[in-house]
Amino acid sequence: MLGALKRLWHKLGSPRWFFALTSFWVSLFGWAALLFLLVGVVWGLAFAPADYQQGNSFRIMYVHVPAAMLAQSLYIGMGVAGFIGLVWRMKLTDVFIAASLPLGMAVTALALFSGSVWGRPTWGSWWEWDGRTVSTLVLFFLYVGIYALREAIAEMQLRARASALLAMVGTVNIPIIKYSVEWWNTLHQPASFGLTQKPAMPSEMWLPLLVMVLGFYALAGCVVLTRMRAEILHREGSARWVGEWVAGRRGS
Amino acid sequence: MMGSLLLREWQILRRAKGTVINPMAFLFLSATLFAIAAPALVTQQISQGAAAGILWTLVLLTQLLALDGMYRRDFDSGLLEQLLVTAQVPFVAVLSRIFMQWLSTGFIIVLSSPLLAILLGLSTEALPAMALALLLGTPALSLLGSIGASVTVGFNRGGVILALLVLPLFLPTLIFGADLVEAAQTGRAVTPQAYVLGLISLGALALAPFATLAGLKISLEMQ
Repeated sequence: MLGALKRLWHKLGSPRWFFALTSFWVSLFGWAALLFLLVGVVWGLAFAPADYQQGNSFRIMYVHVPAAMLAQSLYIGMGVAGFIGLVWRMKLTDVFIAASLPLGMAVTALALFSGSVWGRPTWGSWWEWDGRTVSTLVLFFLYVGIYALREAIAEMQLRARASALLAMVGTVNIPIIKYSVEWWNTLHQPASFGLTQKPAMPSEMWLPLLVMVLGFYALAGCVVLTRMRAEILHREGSARWVGEWVAGRRGS
Repeated sequence: MMGSLLLREWQILRRAKGTVINPMAFLFLSATLFAIAAPALVTQQISQGAAAGILWTLVLLTQLLALDGMYRRDFDSGLLEQLLVTAQVPFVAVLSRIFMQWLSTGFIIVLSSPLLAILLGLSTEALPAMALALLLGTPALSLLGSIGASVTVGFNRGGVILALLVLPLFLPTLIFGADLVEAAQTGRAVTPQAYVLGLISLGALALAPFATLAGLKISLEMQ
């Protein structure tokens, strides 16, 4: 068992094996995402009961919550990948960081935007300096920092190491920032709106949310893997197996 | 070894007084700008929280300005490389550099806090608490900032990227530092904030030198 895991680990370290292994996973995640998102959207938007306080506006939750969760998960994933990359010098971890960075920025922006749209009818303003809003905004800046750093370093290996280091430092800081911002918020803003304490939702409301969360994660898996595969082809462009793979695709 | 490293840093500091004077001049100049641009904000006693916030924001920006040159001189002259290669414990070399950086900015800010308090209209009763907040909080700024400075030292114009990398990390220090000053002015207890500020600084002390070392190694290869 352990031996098999070790072999898999070593195989994952090789871009070629990774490329061969993931072609199945891309389509699996892709179809799962399509299924979950379709079911979740229809269920959440059309069949879930309206909230007794917020009416129909609460349905933004079905986009907002999965986006916010994914935004954090992707950053932490980048931090873990950075750690693995710095310790074991795996090539693929930087491919992962390069692939998930734009997606992470996009879902963080989506979480901020959908939260703002949701805030208008429920809080009465587009932007409140609420604790969780601020920590998501800071998360966005952390993403931008790594993006700017990657833009500034031309040499590929150094770029990989620098962004791995930064992703690790950021990941260590995420919980600290989160808790300090929440502490700051609770001290300065006594809950004038009842949204920070979530009401216990009935299952007809949170089951579609669960489906949407699964759909978002499956979509992220599909997008990140596809981007990683494209990045591998780009980086290994001179390798023989890439040439053979391209020739094989042309032939079919 | 630590002693000779510190002695060297101290002599550099004495000879290049600009590294101390310029950031402080920036700090006082921008405090003056605030007082002129928004007199109601700082002269009336109603907005004590705003003055505390302005003070801490300016301290953050001053640190940012000073951090940009933190490793530049040694990096350009090649001394940094020699230091990391020859020092028995590179960790100590980095640590003494960070300590001197704090001594030349954070500590001076602590010493000049009474003047800043007068400029920004903070009440005099809150002065000890304000000095305490700065004393506990500024080491974290030097330590965390050192990570960003080490990664960006090889860039031609690293200033903006340094700000992007470092300012989010400063956020917890800003929150608790500003709240400590405000709490002291409104008569609330300040011990929780003081403990958290100390905790942040100690945590940064434990981790930042290693991250700085990794960042410096990356930058040296970039050269």
